[in-house]
Amino acid sequence: MERHFDEELNDLKHRLMKMCALAETMIGDAIKALVQRDAAVLPAILQHEAEVNRLQVEIDEACFRMIALRQPTASDLRFILGAAKTNTDLERLADQAVNIANKAERLLQYTPLKQFVIIPQMTEIARGMVRDSLHAYVNRQPEKAREVIQRDVQLNTLKKAINAEMLEFMKSDAATVPYALDIVLVAHNLERIGDHAKNIAENAIFVVEGKDIRHGGEPNRWAD
Amino acid sequence: MSENVITVSKLDLWYGAFQALIGVNMGVEKQKITALIGPSGCGKSTLLRTLNRMNDLIPGVKITGEVLLEGQNIYAPGVDVCALRANVGMVFQRPNPFPLSVWDNVAFGLKVAGQRGGPQVEEIVERSLRGAWLWDNVKDKLDHSALELPLDQQQRLCVARLLAVEPNVILMDEPCSALDPIATAKIEELMLELVKKYTIVIVTHNMQQAARISDYSGYMLLGEMIEFDETSRIFTSPKDKRTDDYISGRYG
Repeated sequence: MERHFDEELNDLKHRLMKMCALAETMIGDAIKALVQRDAAVLPAILQHEAEVNRLQVEIDEACFRMIALRQPTASDLRFILGAAKTNTDLERLADQAVNIANKAERLLQYTPLKQFVIIPQMTEIARGMVRDSLHAYVNRQPEKAREVIQRDVQLNTLKKAINAEMLEFMKSDAATVPYALDIVLVAHNLERIGDHAKNIAENAIFVVEGKDIRHGGEPNRWAD
Repeated sequence: MSENVITVSKLDLWYGAFQALIGVNMGVEKQKITALIGPSGCGKSTLLRTLNRMNDLIPGVKITGEVLLEGQNIYAPGVDVCALRANVGMVFQRPNPFPLSVWDNVAFGLKVAGQRGGPQVEEIVERSLRGAWLWDNVKDKLDHSALELPLDQQQRLCVARLLAVEPNVILMDEPCSALDPIATAKIEELMLELVKKYTIVIVTHNMQQAARISDYSGYMLLGEMIEFDETSRIFTSPKDKRTDDYISGRYG
């Protein structure tokens, strides 16, 4: 039986997907500004951020209202709790894109130390994780969510590689420190985006299987 | 250590040619509230009524399998059904006090058992009315007709009537469906108090009521026990999709 409640749940999904698409665009544009030295894309990032913030408030309100009025249980309850948490992660990862954009604006004043290789790789992985974790959540695909969680390791490895590379520049020439330090922070921002995507993937598993797998999770007392 | 007061095993029940219960297994834990939920006609009231042999009264009923009450099969030959129903009492959907005084309603079971009156009966009547949270409401009108009481007080009088004969198990068949939310809340609070001493099995159509008050829930569908588990699991992460669909209102 199709319920009116399902329309509200679908609306919640669509808002989360819209928020995710905005966040993904923001990450792409922030890195584009940095790598392609294109400051023109920066203003749009702030506009998108305002939209993301608005959606965050709307989604929280919708979750709050549904819990109060619909008194959801079982898979509905897990989906709504998951949406409230996913909402927070999407907003925070969008903030990371803004952080990257701020650094990009500063970095454009400098001549790059070398051609960007690892940062674009990290960006592709991070954006893919964001997109796929949200798909796994709204489409209830725990296998896909588990696969997203695996990808987080690659981001951590690449971040360490950037840190090592920038440390060498800083050791050899103190004048590179302001630039190299910001690149380290950009890599850190991308790594944090991956962490938020991982949280969303964990929410997806909770929604489908009712299992909390966070923190290397002991299966909860009900897990089969 | 958990202890089952009632153990239902492989219970089949037919009304004539219609099989209303199919291979039902269930354990009812001592001093816990067990809720039976499911759509109309799923067999939950039938199952409840097998626990004190109320179905015996219906012509054409056939029952196989076992219902153990503290280890004894209540369907074994020679079981005293009156004693069974004193031990396993029932509260119904509509309050059904006798058209007698408040006092006589509570003392009725004692009279049937041969106690005519005296200080002991007085003590039991007062204790039962206090146990059903009714004493303060009725202590000055014990000789009034029970039918003059508001509905929720009538329902609590029915509970007091049970308590007088000192049951171990109380069966409740949608005890709040005729009551408004405030009266319902009173009965629910009373159940949470009673369960400190008694074991309760309740049939309810009110899903939120099952979630609020029960420790265990059984979801029934077309005569089968689909899922039986801790209520906190049934309402957050049921194992069976049919349970999930029913409690979230998709089924139907």
